[in-house]
Amino acid sequence: MSTMIKMVRSLAAVAAIAAATPALAAGEAPHIEREQWSFSGPFGFYDRGQVQRGLKVYREVCASCHGLRQVAFRNLADYGGPSFTEDQAKQIASEYTVVDGPNDDGDMYERPGILADKFPSPFPNEQAARASNGGAYPPDFSLLAKARAGHRGFPWFVFDAVTQYQEQGPDYIYALLTSYPEDNPACLGEDIDGYYNPKFLGGSVTAEECAHEHLTGGPIGMAPPLSEEIVEYTDGTPMTVEQYARDVAAFMMWAAEPHLEERKKIGFRVMVFLIFFAGLLYFTKKKLWRNVDH
Amino acid sequence: MAGHSNYVPQSAAAKWLESRLPVISLMRGSFVDFPTPKNLNYWWTFGGILFFMLIAQLITGIVLAMHYTPNAGLAFDSVEHIMRDVNFGWMLRYLHSNGASMFFIAVYIHIFRGLYYGSYKAPREISWILGVIIFLIMMGTAFMGYVLPWGQMSFWGATVITNLFSAIPMVGDAIRTWLWGGFAVDNATLNRFFSLHYLLPFMIFGVVILHVWAFHTTGNNNPTGVQPKTKQDTIPFHPYYTVKDFFAIIVFMIVFAWFAFYVPNYMGHPDNYIEANPLVTPAHIVPEWYFLPFYAILRAVPDKLGGVAAMFGAIAVLFVLPWLDTSKVRSGAYRPLFKQFFWIFALNAVALGYLGAMPAEGTYVLLARICTVYYFAHFLIILPMLGFLEKPRPVPTSISEAVLKSGSGKPAGAAAAPETK
Repeated sequence: MSTMIKMVRSLAAVAAIAAATPALAAGEAPHIEREQWSFSGPFGFYDRGQVQRGLKVYREVCASCHGLRQVAFRNLADYGGPSFTEDQAKQIASEYTVVDGPNDDGDMYERPGILADKFPSPFPNEQAARASNGGAYPPDFSLLAKARAGHRGFPWFVFDAVTQYQEQGPDYIYALLTSYPEDNPACLGEDIDGYYNPKFLGGSVTAEECAHEHLTGGPIGMAPPLSEEIVEYTDGTPMTVEQYARDVAAFMMWAAEPHLEERKKIGFRVMVFLIFFAGLLYFTKKKLWRNVDH
Repeated sequence: MAGHSNYVPQSAAAKWLESRLPVISLMRGSFVDFPTPKNLNYWWTFGGILFFMLIAQLITGIVLAMHYTPNAGLAFDSVEHIMRDVNFGWMLRYLHSNGASMFFIAVYIHIFRGLYYGSYKAPREISWILGVIIFLIMMGTAFMGYVLPWGQMSFWGATVITNLFSAIPMVGDAIRTWLWGGFAVDNATLNRFFSLHYLLPFMIFGVVILHVWAFHTTGNNNPTGVQPKTKQDTIPFHPYYTVKDFFAIIVFMIVFAWFAFYVPNYMGHPDNYIEANPLVTPAHIVPEWYFLPFYAILRAVPDKLGGVAAMFGAIAVLFVLPWLDTSKVRSGAYRPLFKQFFWIFALNAVALGYLGAMPAEGTYVLLARICTVYYFAHFLIILPMLGFLEKPRPVPTSISEAVLKSGSGKPAGAAAAPETK
């Protein structure tokens, strides 16, 4: 029996070592702070004003490089998002030029956007995008908020299921946009390829001079896109980099998960029904089995 | 099965049907009058839960297939079309993708229940083997289903797994090309995976019927492992177990709904929201969580063919399990040593799952090797030896005796729900 206990103990010790090693093995993964969002939790919803401001930031800053090809202009008037009126959405659509065709003469032609159109991408293809961006490819925004997540590791990922943490994407976007340093770390020198960002998940610092600096993140192709007062807010919201980053991250979450509000609302009703129904069944079962020894 | 029913058709229509095709008495014998041990605990409800999950996956899957396009150039966007434009498409897709995970959670609990209570032992070897076959087809179905959204993990997961077949000597490369329908994972691969992903669940359904047929022939196992001896040991399936299973299914649905409605992407990988790109390999290619223990075994062996053999061997060993366990006692409840090794094995399986998610480097590789060796040692060394070394506790003579002794049951007269006082 005592050998059994010893075995279990040594197994537990092995498990403890396994849990402690990731920090060493995975190198310097950036730590992404968990932010507060209106759309987190079981009653989460999109802040209409915030998503509208985020759209403005997207259109005036990000859209020069990043596409939004899965989102249609009609979505801007859908429930649970920026929630523009149909006329407002039509107005936004008409401010874009869309290539259509061929017409009866067999030619492609340009026309103003309509509700049924999707957001036109800034570049016709990946090669064109890379050619204009020093070889880097600015990813499409449609799903980016669900396609990026910081490493959580054991045991945090276990708690995430219970605390309903699903906002790793917007947290990352916010962290990335607000973490460009004033100057690159000295050890990197002047001629690095891109811009150093300590939160960037897609790169790493390989320069030998930086070996003992414990730098997280790495060089990113995107120059710091936001600066104070770069986009005009007319509703009195502070025009800071932090606010822009927060708003555009919320907008991107909506773009990636447009039915989030509907999902959580229905989910709550489903939960209430199931729990009530389970309760009824529990007492039914108990009554039914009252005369059975089991 | 049918023999358990004392059904006598009353109406003219029922008499007409029964004399030509006795389906009514078959169904009644199997799911209404079927004598079931009265001491089954809640671990036994997972069979019913699994049947519910199979049907739920079939229904959501069939509707999803109406909107999905199995073409390498269109698949990713068609899934987004489902998520954005199809009425309640997001719900169908999240129910289906999380449903796969819930299906595996339930099947792992169901398998471990069988391992603990010795449900694989004579006379239920065939039920067990059919169960392992269902598990295998499930894994194939889930793997191919994960490829369909054509995201980065879909594509690279498919690449890694299909490449395993090239480890087979002589014919490996030819088999791989045959699986791919070309010289890389591409449109032809996606097409056949879609076709098979639609086919295999119906095969599962067929084997499930055999599985149920087999254990309805031998009778259910039960927590004591003692075969029912008298009528007092069993109760009819309906209404007792229909209501109990129904309750368990609803509780399981609460967990399911939690994932599908509140954290629908928790069990997925963010990289799968990036469209498949054959030119960009993700930093870490990881399979879905339910394959991680087997993935860890695959990577634990330094040789490619050896790794593949170990991975398939990890499932193959389950087929011969009924003959590896030498103990005369069926239920683990009466086996003090086995009980402890069972939990070590369970812990070891979880550890393998964790190691499968970690990069194959440094300490992880060593730990994965230790856990892999232990996995096989459990079946090939520990279980055969335990039967000889262990001194089991006395087994009750009947289910009724065990129930009365355990104190959970009270004599019939005093039984008016002691829980409510």
